[in-house]
Amino acid sequence: MTLPFLLFFAFALIAVLGAVLLILAREPIHSALSLILVMVALAVLYLLLGAEFVAAVQIIVYAGAVMVLFVFVIMLLNAGVEERTNWSKIAAWAGTPLAFFLLLEIGHFMAHSKAGEMIGTGTGAGVGASGAAFSTTELSKLLFTSYLFPFEATSILILIAILGAMILAKKEE
Amino acid sequence: MSVVPVSYYLVLSAILFGLGVVAFVFKRNIITIFMAIELMLNAVNLAFVAFARAWNQLDGLVFVFFVIVVAAAEAAVGLAIVMTIVHNRQTLNVERVDLLKL
Amino acid sequence: MEFITNHPVLVAAVVKIAVLLFIVMTALAYLTWFERKVVARIQSRWGPYYVGAHGLLQPLADGIKFLFKEDVTPPAADLVVYLLAPFLALSLALTAIALIPFGPPSAQFPNGQYMFIVSNVDIGLLALFAITSIGVYGVALAGWSSNSKYALLGGLRSSAQMISYEVSMTLSVVGVLLLAGTLNFNGIIGGQAGHGFLHWNVIRTGHGAFPQIIGFLCYIVAAIAETNRIPFDLPEAETELVAGFHAEYSSFKFAMFFMAEYANMITVSCLATILFFGGWLSPLPASWVWQNYLPGVGLILLGIYCAWDTITEMRGIAQLQFAVVTLGLLGGGALCLIPPVASIIQGPFWFTTKVILFLFFYVWLRGTLPRFRYDQLMSFGWKLLLPVSLANLVVTAFVLIFHLLGKQG
Repeated sequence: MTLPFLLFFAFALIAVLGAVLLILAREPIHSALSLILVMVALAVLYLLLGAEFVAAVQIIVYAGAVMVLFVFVIMLLNAGVEERTNWSKIAAWAGTPLAFFLLLEIGHFMAHSKAGEMIGTGTGAGVGASGAAFSTTELSKLLFTSYLFPFEATSILILIAILGAMILAKKEE
Repeated sequence: MSVVPVSYYLVLSAILFGLGVVAFVFKRNIITIFMAIELMLNAVNLAFVAFARAWNQLDGLVFVFFVIVVAAAEAAVGLAIVMTIVHNRQTLNVERVDLLKL
Repeated sequence: MEFITNHPVLVAAVVKIAVLLFIVMTALAYLTWFERKVVARIQSRWGPYYVGAHGLLQPLADGIKFLFKEDVTPPAADLVVYLLAPFLALSLALTAIALIPFGPPSAQFPNGQYMFIVSNVDIGLLALFAITSIGVYGVALAGWSSNSKYALLGGLRSSAQMISYEVSMTLSVVGVLLLAGTLNFNGIIGGQAGHGFLHWNVIRTGHGAFPQIIGFLCYIVAAIAETNRIPFDLPEAETELVAGFHAEYSSFKFAMFFMAEYANMITVSCLATILFFGGWLSPLPASWVWQNYLPGVGLILLGIYCAWDTITEMRGIAQLQFAVVTLGLLGGGALCLIPPVASIIQGPFWFTTKVILFLFFYVWLRGTLPRFRYDQLMSFGWKLLLPVSLANLVVTAFVLIFHLLGKQG
């Protein structure tokens, strides 16, 4: 068990744990905290994959701004304990093992078929075997040359979102 | 081998996406449903970054950047709408907001 | 023994973290002493004077007091979140210090690891901002979990203020990034090397550079708001809103919030020196070789002043304590005069001097200015600071582009 594997399993476990806590939590604020845990665990996984800039952006924007927005709304609306959902017993007892088997099937398919090899199961041909991190300079060059139009379009999108949120949240005069 | 295979990341992404779908379907609080949507978007981001590593191309990371930005804009507008609905219907339970008129 | 040779990164990192943690926690404690003394002098009084010579043992007394106070938990508080909030605030504030370079990268341990920076990531600045953004949760969750109206309002206001000023803080720094071309701290400092203080980013006017004075002013104002200090500390002031978001915290948890605020102050001051004032670079030209002896001479002069003070003014046990301080200062000064130590201590000496000057500025503001009202605070952040930071960024970008175009043609 080398260090990359150990780190991957540890943070993958934390991410899945956070997602399960999101489902099982009774108060929305606990769900929000679990989602923040998932995002931070995913940021560490991005670091393991060599995408440093994306990991930092994920924490600054997603975990540090979008989730703060969620937490604010939960606090302002004073969202209390959720009502108990009546889980259907069949869903719990039959669904969970079936989901587990579905996952086993997917894993088997990925590991032992031609299509799975194409997607990339190991350090074979076509898979970026170099563990070097992605360069932020190259990423920004790409963002400002090939993807310039989507970049400017998203800035207009954010402007529309700000205007929409302001108008919707204004008090009635 | 010392490099974690890309398929491991894809399986993790599938698990997180599935858990997001479960949360979306089974939860009743509108804010928790929104958070399930964000979880699904995060799972997709992980898949994008895994593929960027697999084929050593930066385009995957550019996509992740745009997904994060769009998710932020969507969360802002969506939560503003949620606050308006709560102001009008005084409930956060989606099963109670099922008629157009009160 | 071969563990040390087989794992150089791990061993060096553990040593650096242990030393840094010790130094930072002591610095936090004595920063409270420094603040109380300076604010007292501004208000024409003495400050802590009786607990140890010149009040130097006051932080120790405060620490013991915090440990022994009764730990009251509000009955209906959400316990998980209530306990998580101060832990999050303090651990994030201390994590940010791991990214800061205290000295040049040329200073290295025998096994090749950097001596003065714990982790030299390529995205150092971005990682620091990431840590600062999550610091908002410490405040917001503290306000929510206390289950008290005042705490909730204080927490909401404080976290809204922090995220508003975070935007201006990040934008005011992008001008420096344009000049440096890299997010790595050592790279940013390296770009300001040569020609002493004339090349520091705040007044740099060389080829393809624009003085970042406006960026610096925007940054320092946004940083003061970000760390919730006077004049921006309405959400947590004692006289308003019953001390705001940490109203329901007592004893050690309150001490953790307190330490987190001071650690944030130290981090932000370190960042200001790195980005705008040349970090560990010396303000004097490199040709003045005598500056190597400056730390030693400075410490010895301070030791002589303390010796004079011991002999003439101190009495009783305070005299003994201050005599120990004097001996420590003289010994340290003598140590810094030895040539190998003198060359290594240059970087950290200049860095800590600049950081102490910034901290003095912070405390000076605290003693002098009244606080902003909340709506004035928010309109200042969004309507004045953000446009000015953006304008600074645009002007810097234009100057750089014209310089690049001029170089080509």
